[in-house]
Amino acid sequence: MTERKQFKLPDVGEGLTEAEIVKWHVKPGDQVEVNQTIVEIETAKAVVELPCPFEGTVGELMVEEGQTVDVGVPIISVDVAPDGSEPAAPSASAAADTSEDLVPQADEPGVVQPEQPKRQPVLVGYGVKPGATKRRARKQASPPPPSSPSPAPAAPAAAQAARPAPTAGGAGTATRSYPQVVDNGLPLAKPPVRKMAKDLGVDLATITGTGPRGSITREDVQQALAAPAAAPVAAPGVQAGAPAAAAGVREERIAVRGVRKATANAMVASAFTAPHVTEFVQVDVTRTVEAVRRLRDLPEFADVKISPLLLVAKALLTAVARYPMVNSTWVDAPNPSNGTSGGGAEIVVKHYVNLGIAAATERGLIVPNVKDAHTLSLPGLARALAELTATARSGKATPADLTGGTISITNVGVFGVDTGTPILTPGESAILCIGQIRDMPWVHEGELAIRKVTTLALSFDHRVIDGELGSKVLRDVGAMLEDPLHFLAWT
Amino acid sequence: MTIDSVRGAPGSGELADSELVQLLTPEGERVDHPDYPLDITAEEVRGLYRDLVTVRRIDLEAVALTRQGELGIWASLLGQEAAQIGSGRALTGNDMVFPTYREHAVAYCRNVEPLKLLGLFRGVNHGGWDPKEHGFHLYTIVIGSQTLHATGYAMGIQRDGVLGSDKAGATIAYFGDGATSQGDVNESFVFASVFNAPVVFFCQNNQWAISEPLEKQSRIPLYKRAQGFGFPGVRVDGNDVLACLAVTRKSLAHARDGQGPTLIEAYTYRMGAHTTTDDPTRYRLKAEEEAWKAKDPIERVKKYLVKEGEADQAFFDEVEAEAKKMATELRKACLALPDPEPLAIFEHAYAEPHPLLTEEQEQFAAYLASFEEEGTAR
Repeated sequence: MTERKQFKLPDVGEGLTEAEIVKWHVKPGDQVEVNQTIVEIETAKAVVELPCPFEGTVGELMVEEGQTVDVGVPIISVDVAPDGSEPAAPSASAAADTSEDLVPQADEPGVVQPEQPKRQPVLVGYGVKPGATKRRARKQASPPPPSSPSPAPAAPAAAQAARPAPTAGGAGTATRSYPQVVDNGLPLAKPPVRKMAKDLGVDLATITGTGPRGSITREDVQQALAAPAAAPVAAPGVQAGAPAAAAGVREERIAVRGVRKATANAMVASAFTAPHVTEFVQVDVTRTVEAVRRLRDLPEFADVKISPLLLVAKALLTAVARYPMVNSTWVDAPNPSNGTSGGGAEIVVKHYVNLGIAAATERGLIVPNVKDAHTLSLPGLARALAELTATARSGKATPADLTGGTISITNVGVFGVDTGTPILTPGESAILCIGQIRDMPWVHEGELAIRKVTTLALSFDHRVIDGELGSKVLRDVGAMLEDPLHFLAWT
Repeated sequence: MTIDSVRGAPGSGELADSELVQLLTPEGERVDHPDYPLDITAEEVRGLYRDLVTVRRIDLEAVALTRQGELGIWASLLGQEAAQIGSGRALTGNDMVFPTYREHAVAYCRNVEPLKLLGLFRGVNHGGWDPKEHGFHLYTIVIGSQTLHATGYAMGIQRDGVLGSDKAGATIAYFGDGATSQGDVNESFVFASVFNAPVVFFCQNNQWAISEPLEKQSRIPLYKRAQGFGFPGVRVDGNDVLACLAVTRKSLAHARDGQGPTLIEAYTYRMGAHTTTDDPTRYRLKAEEEAWKAKDPIERVKKYLVKEGEADQAFFDEVEAEAKKMATELRKACLALPDPEPLAIFEHAYAEPHPLLTEEQEQFAAYLASFEEEGTAR
């Protein structure tokens, strides 16, 4: 005879309200111990492993991997031996926690509860349990709320008269009674509800509130969202002149978070701190394409897929070796770690290359980098690039992969366009952009021919790199791709 | 990206500084230091080992309880056990500790029940222990402000005229590397210095002020800052329990004798997150943690005991089992902690009755009494 206990998703980080189940470490039927890791979850703050609070046999995994669940929702059940060493019924508060507290409590008779929120997120713990905070009825004898709960007005003691009178005349009660209607034309709603409505793209003006004094509650917003067709009916007159909303919404609001937010911040930071210059050059890369084809036949490249990007990367690395300044960082204040003194800015030139490759992933744009790419042989670089893109695409790039880059490449050719003006990865001074390679009419050895041509673009931080240096780097990269023999000459 | 790309290998643990006081190497070799001789019996070393294992286990349990939603937050001391036990065991009954929110092992040395600490982070008490009884002030959450309290308290001891006598005590203020950038800490250095206050500033430099690395806090080793304020500073291997014990003992004796303050920089590493709401993988590299793992404060004591033949496997197993039992009991007791009475919030705000507070208390009691009885009394 065992007792089935449920473990509910806790708030593991000061006021988080939800988390995504990343990976289960156990399956039904498994024996688990107290504090054994059972699941990995990802919150807005971190990926964390959750330890099991019970000892017993896993009954059921109640949430699938990839699902996002609210704090307080049961995620796993464990069959626990009764009277086991485990906290069977440790306390009133914990005992009530098994599962029933998630069932909405029936309103108590006579209790006015105009707003019946579900679990409200608070700063810590599981959030407020409706069951634990259900209200008892006020005694009938007690005066109705509009009059002050303070007994003070009945006791005008001398001591109180000395204080700034909080109960001067009727003002004390007047401030406590709420105006029936707020006549500023704005709908009544608490700030979190406004935020929620904004996030969900719901216009509060279209909702009739059911909360206290007609205020709009979370439930009202959710209902409005569930039945969008009904929404425009409210607030007639305001919409005069506006064409009736056809089936489907005309605008959509998408909350900015995660990679989108990080990308936006990085791009703004970069665009408005480093003065960007972008230069372009068109190059005949027929020989590079041919070279890549021949490399594929070599045993060294038998187990790795390669593309012209490999030689573009190699060309950039070679150019960095020839012009180290392009692989540097502008630092506004001197770096305290190296002990230098003096007040001005510094340029930190790196004698290593962590080569960033911009990758479009499901989560958005990320720029993982190949560490110490300058030390790699060509097959080694090929493998590192393949691994990097595979890791990035699968969403498993670690913070280490994503930080510490020194120079980057972005391949917009994969999207079928010729070129772009890339924005620098923050902290770097140059980024090389390669467009699509396509057949073009080209003057080759004095005659018009059909050649494989691409456009290279190099954006650089003009604080660090002058037009001359940037041009040299771009020209050399082009030269190496036009005739790979340059690789031999320059390395 | 800028941060990582411009700094070298921070906190990699490679310390060129020859002034680091160390009595027990990471390999478990006992070494001597001319300024800090330490006579210690095998029994005492075993006791320190027991302390280290126990506090690590308690800490682990608290982290697990937080992950299970039973505590609101927890600041893990993982990796800093030696700094806390070494300094904590150097204290005597007359000394007064001013901790941060991470000094669980020092609390343990001062006989503050671990359950009281858990109660604080479970939100059922505001500290719960009597600071006077334990010579251990309540946890300070504000960064660095306790250094002022410690300095003021030390100046009080000085004015009691007991320094140099048997009744002499000193204060010890715990804080982290990040706190050294705070005005409060620097102000307390000034006061302690000019008044020659009997205070030991014990800085656990765990290399990270949440996500901010040490090199963004200081251009010089932290212990050298003391010189500028006019009192001695010393850097000790914070993962070496013997060195922490010897250095703290000497600094406290110095203070009790009326010779003024000392800054101790215990060079250590926070192996875990800043708190349970933090994710260190977002700002530091695994390799750095690995480098510090080799300097584990507990392993080196174990190696030493084994090497000297002063402890066998049975001893280690017994310590482990005891710690586990303690943790299991702690878990049970934590889950059984009752919610406080609503009126308890008024109890410890003022030492003596305060008219405004009394009035508010009465109003709140009347409010609570205005509800219908729910079965039996609440």
